[in-house]
Order: sequence, then C-alpha cells, then structure tokens
Amino acid sequence: MATPRFPLWEVFIRSRTGLAHRHVGSLHAVDVASALEAARDLFTRRNEGVSIWVVPSASISASDPAEKAMMFDPASDKIYRHPTFYEVPEDVGHM
Amino acid sequence: MSTASISLSKEPLVRFILRRADDALVLGHRLSEWCGHAPLLEEEMALANIALDHLGQARALYTYAAEVEAAGLDEDAYAYRRDPVDYLNVLLVERPNGDFAHTIVRLWLYSAFMSLWWQAMTGSKDAQLSAIAARAVKEVAYHLRHAANWLVRLGDGTAQSHQRTQMALDQLWPYAGEMFTSQPDEEDLIATGIAIDPETLRQAWLTRIMNEAAQALLKMPTAPFSQQGGRSGNHSEAMGHLLAELQFMQRTYPGAQW
Repeated sequence: MATPRFPLWEVFIRSRTGLAHRHVGSLHAVDVASALEAARDLFTRRNEGVSIWVVPSASISASDPAEKAMMFDPASDKIYRHPTFYEVPEDVGHM
Repeated sequence: MSTASISLSKEPLVRFILRRADDALVLGHRLSEWCGHAPLLEEEMALANIALDHLGQARALYTYAAEVEAAGLDEDAYAYRRDPVDYLNVLLVERPNGDFAHTIVRLWLYSAFMSLWWQAMTGSKDAQLSAIAARAVKEVAYHLRHAANWLVRLGDGTAQSHQRTQMALDQLWPYAGEMFTSQPDEEDLIATGIAIDPETLRQAWLTRIMNEAAQALLKMPTAPFSQQGGRSGNHSEAMGHLLAELQFMQRTYPGAQW
C-alpha cells in the first residue's frame, strides 16, 4: 500500500543510551506522527529501545548495486587501512 | 475446578475493583476482535498492543480483588465463571466494535476518562491500587494519544471518514455518562481516599473531549447520557455474545491449560 498517501518509512531504534540508532525495518504511515506511533508499536513492544527515528524512505539515497564493483572492490586489497599493525593494550578491551 | 458460576461478593472494595477490572477486560476483548481485521498491518499491532495493556490491567485488578475477597478465587474465576448479570462494566465498553471510526471514538472517550481516573488513583490510600495506577497511567496516556490522533485524521479526513466518525460520536455519546457514576457502596471508599468520585473528573474530561472534537471538525452531540446500567449488571444483548465467546473454553473444559 505504498501510495503517495501511505508512504514508506525506515525505522531506526537506539536500544540503549550510548549506542547508535540501528535500522530495524520499515513501515507504512500517513505522516511522521503516525509513523512514530507505528514504529513504537511494531518495533519496541519487547523493550527493544529508548529512542526511535523514522525517516521517509524516499529521502534515503542509496548506492547503485550495479556499481558495486567500482564502489567497493577497490577497498578489498588495501589491508594497510586496517589498524592491524600495532598491539591493542589489553585494558582497552573491545574496540 | 467446576464450571458453576461464582456469586458476586458484597464487599464494597471487591466490587469497586471488579467494576474497573471488568471495564478493562471487556474493552480489551473488544479490541482483540480486530486481530486479523484491522485496516492496516501497523494498526493491527497497535490495537493488539492496546488490547493487551487492558488485559494486563484487568489481570492485576482481578488478582487484587481475589486477595481482598479471600474466598479462594483467582483472576480466571472472575473472568470465566461469572454470568453477565454479575459483570459490572459500563455499557460503553461492551458496545460492538462497529466500523473503525466507532472503535476509535469509543477508545478515545474511554481513554480520556481513564487517563484522568488512573492519574487520580495514583494518590489512592490503597497501596496496591496506587501501584497498579502508576503503571496504567503510562499505558493509557499512549492509548489516548493514539485514539486522539486517529480521531483528527478521520474527522478531518475525507467526507466519508468524517461522516462515519461523527455518526460514531453521536451513537456512543449517550453511553459516555455512565463512566462518571459512582455506586452507593463506594461512598465510604471515596470518603477514606481509597477510591475517587469519578464525577470530579467530568469537567476536565469534557474540556479535553470538546477541544479534540473541535480539532477533528466534529460537532459535539447534545443528546443526554441516557444509556446506563452496566455498573449494576443490566447489560445489553451484546454482552451475552461477548461472554459466550470469552468464556466458552473454560466453561466447556474447566481448568483447561495450554
């Protein structure tokens, strides 16, 4: 039912303070207020979050899957970009 | 476990609790009837969530009523083994769902009242009721917002949605007044601060209702609050059908669990 009256929205939930919002799914809603309500009812009913963002799906610009090779393959052999050439001190923990 | 109906306690506090528990159970049941029928998938979940909130409130209240009555009953006995005449909910909540506008208008009228009621009950001298109220007040705040948002969308929507919403308001209005009635056996509870007199909430309720009705471009009905009786067990025909569906499993297979 993705008509102009029922646009699609992308939903982002932050599960805890200090973490980033993560994409969890999408829904249809007439406007931002009902999109937020629907997101709350669909995606936070099992205590999943403390904050919700909704974004009109139409506002998201995506990379073209046909350009995947050009966009992403060149990064695959640049191992020197990974911070693997020095020791992480133990008390830094998970990075 | 038997299928025999239980008889209604005469204890005022038990009856006071059951009146509110029955409101919650019956409205929760009505809302759950939308499962598989809601106009949108998103709304399906919203109505089911709200139905479950009401079921949760009913359970908390029934459990407390059983504790006060101390007759060996439990929440299931109250829900499944009482006849319609011993159910004490207001008539408003047992009205058939009708169309979506009808369901929304009823939820709005009821939640606008209950948000005030639960808020006031957080100050109850009864610690258990005050604790139940503290949880319920957050739930009902969301129910009211959800219903009021839909009310404006429907009332200020298309010609058809406006007409259906106005019709729902006109038809349900005579039932709204029963929420403000208190029963003779509640006088002592009100005097001691355990219960509250719902009449004291009427003006705040009306102000909110008129304000949101105006936003939704709805005309306030002028009909009197003529439909009452649920609080004393005088229910409409719809209540019998509702309880038949709600109770038949436990009445047919007593104590069945899964």
